[in-house]
Amino acid sequence: MTSVLEIDGLTVSFSTPDGDVSAVSDISLSVDAGECLGLVGESGSGKSQTFMAALGLLADNGTATGEIRLDGIDLLSASEKKLNTLRGERIAMIFQDPMTSLTPHMKIGRQLSEVLIEHQNVDTKTGWARALDMLNRVHIPAAERRLDMYPHELSGGLRQRVMIAMALMCEPEVIVADEPTTALDVTVQAQILDLLTEVKDNLDAAIVLITHDLGVVAGLADRVAVMYAGRIVEQGTVGDIFASPAHPYTQGLLACTPRLDVETEELITILGQPPNLQNLPSGCSFHPRCTYVVEQCKSERPALEVMNNGHIKACFRPHVEA
Amino acid sequence: MSDAFLQVRDLKVHFPIRTGGILIGRYTPLKAVDGVSFDLNPGETLGVVGESGCGKSTLGRAVLQLIGATDGAVSWLGTDLTSLNKKELIAARENLQIVFQDPLASLDPRMTAGDIIAEPLLNYRSTMSKAERRMMVEGIMERVGLLPRMINRYPHEFSGGQCQRIGIARAMILRPKLVICDEPVSALDVSIQAQVVNLLMDLQRDFGLALLFISHDLAIVRHISHRVLVLYLGRVMELADKAALYATPRHPYTQALLSAVPIPDPTQERNKDRILLTGDLPSPLNPPTGCVFRTRCGKATDLCASQTPKLERAGDGQEVACHHWKD
Repeated sequence: MTSVLEIDGLTVSFSTPDGDVSAVSDISLSVDAGECLGLVGESGSGKSQTFMAALGLLADNGTATGEIRLDGIDLLSASEKKLNTLRGERIAMIFQDPMTSLTPHMKIGRQLSEVLIEHQNVDTKTGWARALDMLNRVHIPAAERRLDMYPHELSGGLRQRVMIAMALMCEPEVIVADEPTTALDVTVQAQILDLLTEVKDNLDAAIVLITHDLGVVAGLADRVAVMYAGRIVEQGTVGDIFASPAHPYTQGLLACTPRLDVETEELITILGQPPNLQNLPSGCSFHPRCTYVVEQCKSERPALEVMNNGHIKACFRPHVEA
Repeated sequence: MSDAFLQVRDLKVHFPIRTGGILIGRYTPLKAVDGVSFDLNPGETLGVVGESGCGKSTLGRAVLQLIGATDGAVSWLGTDLTSLNKKELIAARENLQIVFQDPLASLDPRMTAGDIIAEPLLNYRSTMSKAERRMMVEGIMERVGLLPRMINRYPHEFSGGQCQRIGIARAMILRPKLVICDEPVSALDVSIQAQVVNLLMDLQRDFGLALLFISHDLAIVRHISHRVLVLYLGRVMELADKAALYATPRHPYTQALLSAVPIPDPTQERNKDRILLTGDLPSPLNPPTGCVFRTRCGKATDLCASQTPKLERAGDGQEVACHHWKD
C-alpha cells in the first residue's frame, strides 16, 4: 500500500490575545489509496484543524509546522498558487454544512462546472455536461433540472449530494469529509452514508472521515484515529478500536454512547469536561478525567506505543486484549 | 381516566402562512401538529421522536401553551390549559417547566447563574427572603452538579454542558411535576451528553418527575424513555412502550428510522439491512392526502392515498397508524 497523504509531526497553533494556543500538537497520520481513515474526537480536539492545515485553509492567526505530503508534495510549504492547483483537483473537501459551503447566488451547474473549467481547462458546455453526469452518479433525481437551480432550492440531503458531486468532479486522490452527515436527519444521513460507501467502493481515492459519531465511523472507516486535546491518543483498525479499545478515553467514548441495539441500565460517563486548550493539564491531557490515573500520568506525557497489528496508543497502562 | 395527570387530546397547532397574493393575502394553514393525543403519568418519561419539521418542538410548546393550540385539549390535573386566561396559565406553569436545546442561547447573557436559577423563585415565591433564596439556589446547583461558588458567574464563563445544567437547575428549582426537555443534549459532546442524561434520570427518580423528552436521537430516547411517540409531519405514526417499539416496530416509518441509526459496532453496522427511504420530507404546507407518510413508504397503496389511517392497537401497549402494519 502506498500512502497518498502523509502527515508528519504536525502542530497547528493560533495566536490569540491571551497567548498562543495549540489546537493540534505533533500528530502524525497517513492515509492509503482506497482506504477510509476515520478521525474521531469531540469539539476542540483538533480533528478539523488538522485537515484545514492540509488544505491551507487555516484562519489568519493560525500557523502550521511539521510536514503534510500529498504524493510527495509538501503542502505546508506550497505557494498559494500551487495550492490552488491541488485543491479540488487532487485533494477535495466535503464540509459539514452544505448550505453555507455552496455559493448562494450561483446555479448548481455553474458551481460544479467551475471546478473543471478552473482545473482542466474544459469549455463551459463540456463542464456542464460532466456536471450533469456527476449529479446522476450521486443519484440526484431530475438532475438536469437541478443544474439550473440555486442551492436554496434544494433540500439539505440534496445539497450534501451536490457537495459530494463537487468533491468528486476531478476524481481527487484524497477526499476529506468533515462531519458530512451531522447536519442531516437520520433517514437522510442513511442515504448519504450509502452514497459515501459507494464512492469508497468504486473509486481508488483515500477518504478521511472526520466525525464525532462512532456509529458513522463503524460503518465506513477501515482505520480509526482518536484525538483528544490536539493529540492522537489511539489509532488502529476499525475492528481493533471497537472490539479492543486500548486508551481509557476511547473506552469511555464507546461506553458513554447510548446504543440502539442494546438496553443499558445506566450510561457510563467520562467525568469532567474536555480541557481548555489554553491551559492543558500537565502530563497526559486526559489524566484529570481518567479512572486509571497514576502519579506518572500527572507529570509525564505517555508516548505513542505500538502494540500489534499497527494498533497504537498513548497510555502508560498496559493493554489487555479483549 | 379520572387520575389524569397530563392528557393531550386531538391537539392541533396550525400556523397561517401567507402564500401569495400581493394585495389580497392568501393564507394556507401549516399543520405543525395535527391531531396528536397522548397521556403522561407521574414519574414517566414519554420520548417524542421525529425528524426536523415533524412538529415535535411545537408539540412541546403547545403542551405548555407557549404556542396557542388551534384545536384540541391539554388537560393538566383535570384542568384544560387551553381554556385558561393568562393569569391562571401563569399560576399553572409553576408545575410545568421546560429545558431548551441551545444551552447558551436560552440563558440571559447579562444575568449571573445565580440570578437565572433564582428567577422562578422571584416569580412564584415572592415572600421568600434573600438568604432563603440563595440557600435554595446553592442547594439546587449542587444537586445538578455545579459548584455553588460559581453562583456569580455569567453564562459565557460556563461550558455547554454546564450551561445545560444551569437550565436544568432553573427548571427544577420550583420542584415542578412535569418538565419538557426539548433536545436537551443534542448540542453537547458525547461524553457530556451521557452526564446530562444521567442527571435527568436521577432527578426523575428523586422527585417523581414526568418528562416529555423531545429528541431526534433514537438511541438516547431508548435509554431514557418509558414510552415513545413517533411523529411525522405533525401526526402520530406510532405510540408504544419502549420495549415493544424497539423490538417490534410496526409502522414502516418507525422501522425505517430505527434501521437508519448507525450502530457503533463495525460488524453489525456493515451487515445490517437498512431500509432506505427515498426522497425528502414533503412540504408541510402541502402534505400528501390520506397517510402523510405514503409518498416515502414502500407499502403504500391506493387506500393510503384516500384514507387517513387511525391509531389502532397493534399489541400490548402499542398503537400504530398504518393500514398495512399487519402485512
